[in-house]
Amino acid sequence: MSWIRIERYFEEENQNDSNMRFIPMLCQHCDNAPCEPVCPVYATYHNPEGLNVMVYNRCVGTRYCSNNCVYKVRRFNWFTYRWPVPLNWQLNPDVTVRSKGVMEKCTFCVQRIRFGEDRAKDEGRDVRDGEIIPACAQTCPTKAIVFGDLKDPESEVSRLSKDERGYGVLSDLNTHPSITYLKKVKWDKV
Amino acid sequence: MDHETTIRETTIIEPTVTYSKVNESVIRMLDKPTIKWLSLFVFDLAVLAFGIFCWMYQIYMGLGVTGYRHPVFWAVYITNFVFWVGIAHSGTLISAILFLFRARFRMSIYRISEAMTVFAVLTAGLFPLIHLGRPWNFYWLIPYPNQRGLWINFRSPLIWDVFAVSTYLTVSSIFFYVGMIPDIAAIRDRVKEVPRKIIYTILSLGWKGSSWEWSHYTRAYFYLAAFATPLVLSVHSVVSWDFAMADVPGWHTTIFAPYFVAGAIFSGLALVITLAVPIRKIFHLEEYITVANFEGMAKLIILTGLIVTYAYIVEPFISWYSGSPPEWGQTVFRAKGPYAPFFWIMVFCNSVIPILLWFKKIRTNIKALFIISLFINIGMWFERFNIIVISLSHEFEPGAWGIYRVSWVELGITAGAFAWFFMFFLLFIKTLPALSIAEIKEILPAPNKEAKVR
Repeated sequence: MSWIRIERYFEEENQNDSNMRFIPMLCQHCDNAPCEPVCPVYATYHNPEGLNVMVYNRCVGTRYCSNNCVYKVRRFNWFTYRWPVPLNWQLNPDVTVRSKGVMEKCTFCVQRIRFGEDRAKDEGRDVRDGEIIPACAQTCPTKAIVFGDLKDPESEVSRLSKDERGYGVLSDLNTHPSITYLKKVKWDKV
Repeated sequence: MDHETTIRETTIIEPTVTYSKVNESVIRMLDKPTIKWLSLFVFDLAVLAFGIFCWMYQIYMGLGVTGYRHPVFWAVYITNFVFWVGIAHSGTLISAILFLFRARFRMSIYRISEAMTVFAVLTAGLFPLIHLGRPWNFYWLIPYPNQRGLWINFRSPLIWDVFAVSTYLTVSSIFFYVGMIPDIAAIRDRVKEVPRKIIYTILSLGWKGSSWEWSHYTRAYFYLAAFATPLVLSVHSVVSWDFAMADVPGWHTTIFAPYFVAGAIFSGLALVITLAVPIRKIFHLEEYITVANFEGMAKLIILTGLIVTYAYIVEPFISWYSGSPPEWGQTVFRAKGPYAPFFWIMVFCNSVIPILLWFKKIRTNIKALFIISLFINIGMWFERFNIIVISLSHEFEPGAWGIYRVSWVELGITAGAFAWFFMFFLLFIKTLPALSIAEIKEILPAPNKEAKVR
């Protein structure tokens, strides 16, 4: 199931108009996440690193978290999905295969974060900026997605998030999203 | 006695009723079931069996067999949950609150409505389980010490629901049972066959009807009524917070608690009428359940219907006044979107149809009342459907709007839930006193010599 979706918004009413905006929408890992307080069993909670994590084997599937998510980025396992050979090769061995009846969402590639942290720890150093790259940032050909440590004022992601074009989607709802989007500057408005 | 004449004038109970006749009429209802009852019961079990099959199929296949589509993750099951919890409310209203207010029109219908309460909570309690993705793990919602060191999240309104509904089930069933003890004793004294005699003897807890017992009993009943009263208001408020505590436009409203409580009583009263009319006809209880009983309920329906209509007016006003585009978008979507027919069914059934009850001719006409009560039941079901499904399908993110369509599995389970409710009700009618013998006697004149001669 796709944890990221590309939303299309047209500038004009006429959909043939090529003035289209894209918003990649994925879990915003809100600092004040609406999904967290409503889960009756703490299957989704805030970890000390600021990630909004989902504990699959604790989830009973009330789906309240998705109802309360203002970005609607959570996905539910409606069936037991089968991966007959050779489709099983597309499953990432580092990621849990979810069973039916549990909620899932973008994890910010937590397995890559853990791997990067462990390697840095083994080498006795801090994680370098740009060392951990989630799958979406890795595959984006135009490098539109940047990942890093927001607490590090020197990091690329900190610099970009302080840009005057930066905004948080629906941040007026006080969700404090972790993702900063940079507004497109239109050529006729420059 | 002056007091007695006033009661007589309102004809809560027809004057032809005497002490012995009450016992006979009520216990007569427990006679051997007729073919009609049996065929109805078998049909009911067949529907229930289909509902159980649907649930089994859903558990085996996963929740994908329902009509849920992103982003509508709650739909008919939660609608049914709120509907049945709502139905449960008027039972306690009639039995507890009207008891404390000494409203005499409750006398002959309160046992039916109390039974309805208990069975409706039993039905409502199924749906939070049915709608779970992994229903076999439902006990994780209950706080209990466990080896895994896990605990529940007390901030979640769903946990409040667990407590609210289980408390309500406990209190309403105790209240239901305690109210029946003297009547069960009366049945015990009447029946002769061995298995029934033993069961009623155990259930009557050795009730002898001494004045010492009565003085304790009436006090206990009074305190139980006082204890149950706040629950009428609290349980549905808690259920409404499932929605009001969330941030969804159309849910996040402070009016929800009083709105839901009024709606619950509104729909519950309608279902009491729906149930009481056929029972009155089939068991020839016209002398006991009189037009005055129905008129009292109809007046309460007018009151609660007005509160619900007020909420229907305030909601769009606040969403417009807030100046919030998602809120106002939700309001317009309800009235004009693809779900608009359901919205207008709701307005028609809950706000327009009850206007008829303002006319005394209509609210004292049993047939008209029965039809109006059916409309209100339908309208209130759609009210919950509208709140849940329409709000979820049109939220903040235009990129994530979606339409939900019901599936046959959900309809099957819904039908099965109705069958589950009516199964209990059919059994109740044949095994327990459906009218309160003891309370009806309270307002009858004391038997005198003439009555004996007759």
